[in-house]
Amino acid sequence: MVEQVKLLDRFSNKSVTGTLHLTATHLIFVESNSTSAQEIWILHHHIASVEKLSLTTSGCPLLIQCRNFRLVHFVIPRERDCHDIYSSLLRLLRPVSYDELYAFSYNPKQNDQQREEGWQLIDLAAEFERMGVPCDQWQLTDVNREYKVCETYPRDLYVPITASKPIIIGSSKFRSKGRFPVLTYFYQEKKAAVCRCSQPLSGFSARCLEDEHMLQAISKANHNSRYIYVMDTRPKLNALANRAAGKGYENEDNYPNIRFQFVGIENIHVMRGSLQKLLEVMGTRSLSMTDYLVGLENSGWLRHIKAIMDAAIFLAKAVTDEGASVLVHCSDGWDRTAQVCALGSLLLDPYYRTIKGFMVLIEKDWISFGHKFADRCDQLDPDPKEVSPIFTQFLECVWQLTEQFPQAFEFSEWFLIQIHEHVHSCQFGNFLGNSQRQREDLQLKERTYSLWAHLLSEKQNYLNPVYSPSFAESHPVLEPSTQAYHFKFWRNMYHQYDRSMHPRQSILKHVLTLKESNRELEGTVQALKTKLQTFGVSTSPLKPQTPPRERSHPPRPQSLILGAPLLSRKEVQQEEDEEVFGEEAREDAPASTGRERTVEGSSATENGYGELKGSFDSKNEPAVVTLEFGVARMTC
Amino acid sequence: MEFAELIKTPRVDGVVLHRPFMPTVEGTLCLTGHHLILSSRQDNTEELWLLHANIDSIEKRFVGSLGTIIVKCKDLRVIQLDIPGMEECLNIASSIEALSTLDSVSLMYPFFYRPLFEVIEDGWQLFVPEEAFKDLESMTDEWRLSEVNKDFSVCPSYPSLLTVPKDIDDESLCKAASFRHGGRFPVLSYYHKKNGMVMMRAAQPLTGTNGRRCKEDEKLINATLCAGKRGYIIDTRTIAVAQQAKARGGGFEQEANYAQWRRIHKAIERSNVLQEGLIKLVEACNDQSHSMDRWLSKLEASNWQSNVKEILTTACLAAQCIDREGASVLVHGTEGTDSTLQVTSLAQIILDPACRTIRGFEALIEREWLQAGHPFQQRCAQSAYSNGKPRSEAPVFLLFLDCVWQILRQFPCSFQFNENFLIMLFEHAYASQFGTFLGNSVAERLKLLLSQKTVSLWSWVNRPQELERFLNPLYEPNNLVIWPSVAPQSLLLWEVPLQMHEMPKEHMDCEISMC
Repeated sequence: MVEQVKLLDRFSNKSVTGTLHLTATHLIFVESNSTSAQEIWILHHHIASVEKLSLTTSGCPLLIQCRNFRLVHFVIPRERDCHDIYSSLLRLLRPVSYDELYAFSYNPKQNDQQREEGWQLIDLAAEFERMGVPCDQWQLTDVNREYKVCETYPRDLYVPITASKPIIIGSSKFRSKGRFPVLTYFYQEKKAAVCRCSQPLSGFSARCLEDEHMLQAISKANHNSRYIYVMDTRPKLNALANRAAGKGYENEDNYPNIRFQFVGIENIHVMRGSLQKLLEVMGTRSLSMTDYLVGLENSGWLRHIKAIMDAAIFLAKAVTDEGASVLVHCSDGWDRTAQVCALGSLLLDPYYRTIKGFMVLIEKDWISFGHKFADRCDQLDPDPKEVSPIFTQFLECVWQLTEQFPQAFEFSEWFLIQIHEHVHSCQFGNFLGNSQRQREDLQLKERTYSLWAHLLSEKQNYLNPVYSPSFAESHPVLEPSTQAYHFKFWRNMYHQYDRSMHPRQSILKHVLTLKESNRELEGTVQALKTKLQTFGVSTSPLKPQTPPRERSHPPRPQSLILGAPLLSRKEVQQEEDEEVFGEEAREDAPASTGRERTVEGSSATENGYGELKGSFDSKNEPAVVTLEFGVARMTC
Repeated sequence: MEFAELIKTPRVDGVVLHRPFMPTVEGTLCLTGHHLILSSRQDNTEELWLLHANIDSIEKRFVGSLGTIIVKCKDLRVIQLDIPGMEECLNIASSIEALSTLDSVSLMYPFFYRPLFEVIEDGWQLFVPEEAFKDLESMTDEWRLSEVNKDFSVCPSYPSLLTVPKDIDDESLCKAASFRHGGRFPVLSYYHKKNGMVMMRAAQPLTGTNGRRCKEDEKLINATLCAGKRGYIIDTRTIAVAQQAKARGGGFEQEANYAQWRRIHKAIERSNVLQEGLIKLVEACNDQSHSMDRWLSKLEASNWQSNVKEILTTACLAAQCIDREGASVLVHGTEGTDSTLQVTSLAQIILDPACRTIRGFEALIEREWLQAGHPFQQRCAQSAYSNGKPRSEAPVFLLFLDCVWQILRQFPCSFQFNENFLIMLFEHAYASQFGTFLGNSVAERLKLLLSQKTVSLWSWVNRPQELERFLNPLYEPNNLVIWPSVAPQSLLLWEVPLQMHEMPKEHMDCEISMC
């Protein structure tokens, strides 16, 4: 514990003083000021880097960067304390074995049965059944029951009826890491399949009859189309380069009835660099609009997001317009392939746009098919070259869609942000490890809790108030626009903790509150009616009334959405719920009281409109150089 | 002149109308003196009424005998008409061109429009300076209403009644006027009830290269300071631009002569630059390449978002001086009719909860834009699609509305009106059946007899049946000062006026169903 620590605001000159606590799992900052007493809880797993800057007159600065894009800047009065914290953090944030991860010590006070139920929430066999598989063309194969054919795939895999075991095994030997073509989504209406695999080991001229048969089988399983699309999600140049290493892409001459297509999504290294550039620009103080837009462009981030979206749109069009099956791959088939398959399925099927459905989608295309969460999200013993924001990009693509189709999604962006939070938190077992096999070895279902159960338990926090189930009926397939201007910077993700940048009032929060109080009042009406009826008094049909807007303080849901930092705190300390609630309520205190108070997070100084004093001595204004007020003199 | 002379072909059958995000309509095209009308014959439900005055430019194309006219409107809508018959198409095109470029104001539609509704509350009488002054009088007795400009000879762009410090007589006002560009001497713009600080606006002082001064001007603005108190002069131009203005007889307040004032320079673009920005922005939105890099670099090159940020920042600065520093403020640029008004009106939205109601916002537009002499007719004569050489056109008002929208997005529950209200004002500023935005100043409007001969926009808007679609369902009066964030990440592109979506149908603000 260190006292008198200053927390500097990232974008203004403001700072608060408080106490820093270091626990086994968290770094906690508690503000000393008794009226607001802000608390910041940072999970060690969220910390990406700690930096000790050179000593200043006010103390020793400590800069902490988090994977959820939080950046905190402490100034610790004594260098020795700073060094202690620094070295403890370095030790704590580099766990060497899985057992050290938070998930294995996290205990939400549930019994074993509740925990098991949590893990049973998502059932992928049931999901394939929902799609209509197995059917007369597709079947479950037990070839990978023991992870013998492909150890990064799940045990249960769906393949065409006509694909015999020798074909599967032959094909798997011709594919990187044994990831042979399997079904991931079945579009029942047209009997078209979305399949995934890794790149073929074709080199410059190698062939594999079994692999060719495999693709033939996929094609034959769909009577609506004579051909299948093979989407290589890499840029052509990358695929060509892979040929030299004995890998590559399908030669159309060897595979009859395929239509081969490159879609040009960049690799994990480019994406990592892009995000880094983006964050650098966005972290600039007093960023000008020009630097912002130029930086956004130069980072390439939105270009990459759009490339992924374009690929998913291509996939969805092939399936719906042409009724064709599609086979997607990249190099290993666990990054770009996962992005495109998952996003494509989301465009095709309204179920994936619900809260439960979205969990299923992540469980299927990301977790079970072996997206390497441990490596990409830097969970353990990190190799910096393996880290990449592939899953973040997927979440962002979904967010871009929620912006284009506000009524199509049951969840709001806070659901996506919360999932992102936990992909890195290592608090739940779902995302630990790199493959299903590894997860089984770690006995995650016995030793950790499932995130999905946790998220469902606070579902009301993630609802989108303008969601309209009937929209799904009229728009079963989403056809997003690919106009560049529809792709926006996701402020609430990348600046989640920079509250001065957020809208000061949230429509989302407000509408959820109104809905909640409306529901409660309807309940009251119902109760009163029942009471009257028991007395034998008939009640005239009451029209459901919306509460009058002047109500000063409507009851609100337990945890409110906009307080995103509070959410994350809440997740680590559920018993603190009440306190969180209290703080939120204060923020929302009725404005009409006339008290001298600005809306939370909103003050003139915080925004730095050109901080008056600063503008006096700034260099480009030589006319006003004198600092003392009232003795200005001309120098120009 | 008879409109009939300009209409070569009044009516064509079998015309097909294409609009973005909407199904095509086939019907009969009719031209009247003021409208282009297309009505579908089958069910008479689909009708398009387009004011000729709204047409910015047209393009003709021919494929065989099928002609196509693309009509680009000042409110940035683009529609396409397929007209069978080459002659008909040419006739229609030349008629539209003639009718949409009539020069005389008195031929505009507002002079011909007769409302189908009964005017209950005459908008022309709603916001008179005397009423506003009564409110002021209830708070302070430091100010008086001067009639010095009653024949508009002191300042042609000012209204006849002006609020000035009580101790300054009309003669001093005249002298101060002669020291300010266009005679726009410092007048009261806003009184901050909370601490008695004020915001004034003016045009640049005419110091010239030899540093002229004017004791009356100094006395006038010093009169607004309490003893020992300081004030800020916010010059909306950069110091370099202000320096250059000296060569043309303009300039800025010299510290030596205005010792109680600190000058702050900001960098709001001049109106002619803004027009180019709008043209570039619209071009960027219409780019069909769908390339991310192109879009971002074009958006950046338009400078539109930079302008929004700079204007908002300056307004926040003015508000900060008043509310936080407890200082009075004088705002000016060059003429005091464009950037100055953007700043003073936005600062009031930030400071004064009344301006966030529908009535209050109307009053603000009336006070800080119409009566303050923003030259609407000049600024809104052409828009982004005009082929003509730009004269004094500039989207100054649109930028102001954009800034209001930014604040509205950040404080979605603090405004009584919604986005539709802002869009409506944008559309009517460029083309309207109402007389409100005609003319460039109060003097011009009086001369045109607008209040007798035309209907006021407010007479229509304030009818309960119209107001309904402009009301924000989430509104809860908020008496606080609202400080928006001006970080680039917090400012969004206002897409609705740019016709980027099938709006506002799917928009959240108006689609919130209380289920």
